[in-house]
Amino acid sequence: MAGRNISVSETSRPKLPRHTKLKFDETRQVWVILAPERVLAPDEIAVEVLQLCDGVRSVAEMVDRLAEKYAAPREAIATDVVAMLQDLADKGFLTEARESTA
Amino acid sequence: MSDTLADNKTTTPDPNTAPSDGLAVLESRRSAAETYGIPLAVLLEVTHRCPLQCPYCSNPVELDRGSTELSTEEWKKVLSELAELGVLQVHFSGGEPTARKDIVELVQHATDVGLYSNLITSAVLLTKDKLSALADAGLSHVQISFQGNEPNVADRVAGLKDAHKKKLEVAKWTRELDMPLTVNAVMHRQNLHQLPDIIQMAVDLDADRLEVANVQYYGWALKNRAALMPTIEQIEETSRIVEEAQARLKGTLAIDYVVPDYYALRPKKCMGGWGRQFFNISPAGKVLPCHAAESITGLEFESVRSNHSIAWIWQNSEAFNRYRGTGWMPEPCKSCEFREVDYGGCRCQAFALTGDAGNTDPACALSPRHEEIFKQAERESAGTQNRFLYRNFAGGTLESNDHQDKLQDNPNGA
Repeated sequence: MAGRNISVSETSRPKLPRHTKLKFDETRQVWVILAPERVLAPDEIAVEVLQLCDGVRSVAEMVDRLAEKYAAPREAIATDVVAMLQDLADKGFLTEARESTA
Repeated sequence: MSDTLADNKTTTPDPNTAPSDGLAVLESRRSAAETYGIPLAVLLEVTHRCPLQCPYCSNPVELDRGSTELSTEEWKKVLSELAELGVLQVHFSGGEPTARKDIVELVQHATDVGLYSNLITSAVLLTKDKLSALADAGLSHVQISFQGNEPNVADRVAGLKDAHKKKLEVAKWTRELDMPLTVNAVMHRQNLHQLPDIIQMAVDLDADRLEVANVQYYGWALKNRAALMPTIEQIEETSRIVEEAQARLKGTLAIDYVVPDYYALRPKKCMGGWGRQFFNISPAGKVLPCHAAESITGLEFESVRSNHSIAWIWQNSEAFNRYRGTGWMPEPCKSCEFREVDYGGCRCQAFALTGDAGNTDPACALSPRHEEIFKQAERESAGTQNRFLYRNFAGGTLESNDHQDKLQDNPNGA
């Protein structure tokens, strides 16, 4: 896949690929990620981060925003967010916006 | 046929998947084990028609004729009802789902009502335009079955000339259209020697996922067991190859592995337990706890054409409740500490091999029939009966000797 083997860093601008859908499941009252033959149930923080993944915003910007909102140490947030996004990218559920210079 | 969310598969052990696994999280929200939430995903067998004739087809031996299939409007109503119930994903399967002329319309309707669509296909009927139309209609994932890694073995197993070549082409189009691709490889004695090449083929096709699924022996596969049953040495080698590839290809290709339960000591948790997290709908509209369930005679399955809603059928129908939970179990299941781990194994297999779907699955070492069945399978695996009984609407056609001599690769993979 286009999104495979990407390495998530603070300069990445991740987004959900067409085949990964973040959706609120009305029946079960939880957010879910729909992917090929899989349904994942992300926790609240993951949902918040994923909603910021629009292919425009960089991971650094997301981290700034979350650090400010939760008044938490930026470094700790950055570590968690990068790890979480990397995990999703490794599973093919996250891709990276193409560099405009490419 | 695909394995789905609810199937008995082993995946690469990954601690990260545990907390985010949808089934685990959503199931744990239920207060009582006896409360059955609606499944997250449903398998729709929209037709039993198929140009392939694979001898291990998971469809029942008694196939639904084209004339009995649900109409376009009936399938659309089913899709709307499923979405309303809280089903999140559908698998368009068959038979060959693209044998239906309305497949694009059905996928579009699934998208319109908010369902995530997977296509489980043999690929041989697809054109690039048709695949592109399916993508435009919202199709999110394509799974293509492969019968081998090269035409000699693959076309012989499929019973269709040039099928393999066509599959490779469609796999390429799938990736060009930026849809994720799963390669499904059903494995048995006569193609297991190709497994390393099949894994490489999946990598070369830029697939996301490979399902290495050992044949499960009911229906057509049971009729062909003597020609398909692998040797225990083959199975040990297979497990070694899969484990090595899973480690080597982490992050490139996910490999799901379905073990053959004949050579296991514990039975598989078939369908995640009868009526617990899975149902499928047959071409004629029967709501089934498993795609092989109609092989169990004496069980009446309700149809979407009845006056009952799908939710009612799931919760209240006799067939779903017959083997639900643990209350139906005989010994040795009843007092077994694993009764909620495997739910007694597979009902269809218990029926096929013991004549009673309420018996312990003979795949379990605790079944009184286990030893005898294992020995028989072992004898068959060492035998020389390699001719297939091809799957078709006529009840099967035995492979001609000529055909086999001409096409057959060395089954032991010299």
